[in-house]
Amino acid sequence: MFILTTAVLPGVILILLLTVGRKYAHLTLPVYALITLGIGHGVGLFVAPPDREMGDVQRIMYAHVPAVWSALVALVINFGCSVAYLFNPSWKTDSLAEASAEVGLLFGAVGVLLGSIWGKPTWGVYWTWDPRLTTAAIMLVAYMGYLALRRFVEDPEKRATWSSVVGIIAAVDLPIIWFSVKWWRSLHQVQSSPKTTDVAFQLPLRLSSYAFLALAALFIIHRYRIAMSERKAEVALPEALPTDAQANRTAGVM
Amino acid sequence: MEAPANALPPAIALHDVSKRYGRHWALARLTYSLPSGRSLLLTGHNGSGKTTLLRLVATALSPTAGRVEVLGRNTVTDQDAVRQEVALLSHASFLYEDLSAVQNLMVLARLLGLPSPGDVASELLTRVGLTRRTDSPVRQFSAGMRKRLAIARLLMKKPTMALLDEPFGELDPAGIQAMEVIIGELKASGVTVILATHLIEQGLTLCEERLHLQEGRAVPA
Amino acid sequence: MSRPRPIGMLRAAGVLLGKDLLIEWRTRARLNALVFFALSTLLLFSFALGPDTKLLERNAGGYLWLAILFASTLSLGESFRVEYENACMDGLRLAPADARAIFLSKAVGNTLLLVLLGGLLIPVMVALYGVKVVLGVGDLLTTLVLGCMALAAPGCVYAAIANNARARDVLLPLLLFPLIVPALLAATKAMALVLQGDPMDQLGSWFGLLGGFNLIYWGLGFVLFPRVIED
Repeated sequence: MFILTTAVLPGVILILLLTVGRKYAHLTLPVYALITLGIGHGVGLFVAPPDREMGDVQRIMYAHVPAVWSALVALVINFGCSVAYLFNPSWKTDSLAEASAEVGLLFGAVGVLLGSIWGKPTWGVYWTWDPRLTTAAIMLVAYMGYLALRRFVEDPEKRATWSSVVGIIAAVDLPIIWFSVKWWRSLHQVQSSPKTTDVAFQLPLRLSSYAFLALAALFIIHRYRIAMSERKAEVALPEALPTDAQANRTAGVM
Repeated sequence: MEAPANALPPAIALHDVSKRYGRHWALARLTYSLPSGRSLLLTGHNGSGKTTLLRLVATALSPTAGRVEVLGRNTVTDQDAVRQEVALLSHASFLYEDLSAVQNLMVLARLLGLPSPGDVASELLTRVGLTRRTDSPVRQFSAGMRKRLAIARLLMKKPTMALLDEPFGELDPAGIQAMEVIIGELKASGVTVILATHLIEQGLTLCEERLHLQEGRAVPA
Repeated sequence: MSRPRPIGMLRAAGVLLGKDLLIEWRTRARLNALVFFALSTLLLFSFALGPDTKLLERNAGGYLWLAILFASTLSLGESFRVEYENACMDGLRLAPADARAIFLSKAVGNTLLLVLLGGLLIPVMVALYGVKVVLGVGDLLTTLVLGCMALAAPGCVYAAIANNARARDVLLPLLLFPLIVPALLAATKAMALVLQGDPMDQLGSWFGLLGGFNLIYWGLGFVLFPRVIED
């Protein structure tokens, strides 16, 4: 029963908001996020017990973990769009790829930053070379490269094709990086991270995760709209094939 | 446009072809058919879409909308087949600056699978009058010499259709005359020539059909 | 006279590789500059990291691979600049030459160049950092070849993209460096074992990682490179 309410119900609601209620997502998502974040962080900060080993510092997990998960979801969306674009070019796919990469990068950076802040009191250092952190850092640079590429290519079709290629390669690379760093580190002592199995942690964590997902979805939707209008400004969209009337107008201008 | 009188597919057939660069439509809903065996003169101001049209026919580009057929084959789905029949002489020379004339030709000869590439290369160099300075890199060539080497490259392919984008550009009067001779020889050997040029006089003597473009559309000349 | 017939992909790759090697030979001065660049990188590491010979010795493999990595951005960029001058890439596409053959020839050519570079740097590294090649030439060469292959394949895909974008000199390393981290890790680790000995017999697993990485990236390059160069 507990699992049903905390894990499944908010998820179902979120999916409904994103699919059926798509038109009003920009209104409903902030409300959803506010509610789930309010409850999630409220419980996480004040009600849930402190960690046995780390104490209250562990509570940053309720922001750090959801941020990273949301980033990963966004980057998976980017991968999906990159593959989809190569099979069926469309400006919508390209705009969604751009939006999800940016939001993924943002949430990823926030996640890494929070992880760093968490690390100082718990491990004594801001940074360590454990597989997850290392992969996260490389991921940030890789997607900064992706966004830089988008900035530096002027032709919209080429930009879409090339960023799809780069997006695919970057996404395929991430698991490889994780494995190789894990292997690399396996010779050295691995820092432990908190186990999130304790039931008391689950409710705030789940709600916070949904909250962050909703926020990520909201940001992606807005960014997608911005990207689509940028495309419209750059490109005479195929729907607007030039008619004779249009030609007469432009002939006058030129 | 009349339907082609013979049973062969048209040399080129453009069906409602549009090509966009960013916001600018280089070609706008162009429909045109060149009957088999006829040569075409392509005219129009700079920016009217001549180069884009030639590149579309050459399969260097794919159309944003519409369909381009060359010798009955679609340039997008049948790309390789078209590429084997068609050769393009472009503004860019396709030449490696650091290789010599012979070496440049031999790369293509080998790619085409020609037997004795060295002989083929020498023959072509003689034909276009580039027999001296055989070892110098192309970097040291004049514009006219590059043009001659570029046309040699085109001739090597023995194309069914030759697309010539401003072939007389950067040539002196002697060079222009030599180029006219080569184009005439191409035509005589049954190659369909599509020629884009500002030198309308030369173009009209060489070509039977004419297509005048303005802002990506066909207009009366 | 004979009408041209299409040749197979591998043969086309061979022709194009020959062309690239010929261009490299005719512009040897560029190669020399590349070697000197890599050499000075190796030197600079020893200055930057101080005279602690133990430290230099332990990390020699890493410095070598960094030098090769930095040099690769130059060589990869140059390899494709040659194609985009005069639109030679278009000339190849329209010949027609199979885009996958172009990829193969570029990737193999750049691998060869980097292996050659590595081969020239190793004696310098041995001298500068006071290391010995404990495991023998075979393992050394395997490490070198696998690592250079892992740099060259994705490097070619990215160099083709970067050459057509603005800020091309910055874009190539920015795209490439995060990507090749696993290869760099594995190659450095393997090189360290080759130079210092492998008591726990780990070299095989690092070769395995490098091999797997190569398989994935040459495969991806094969599939994606045509999309990169077609218009």
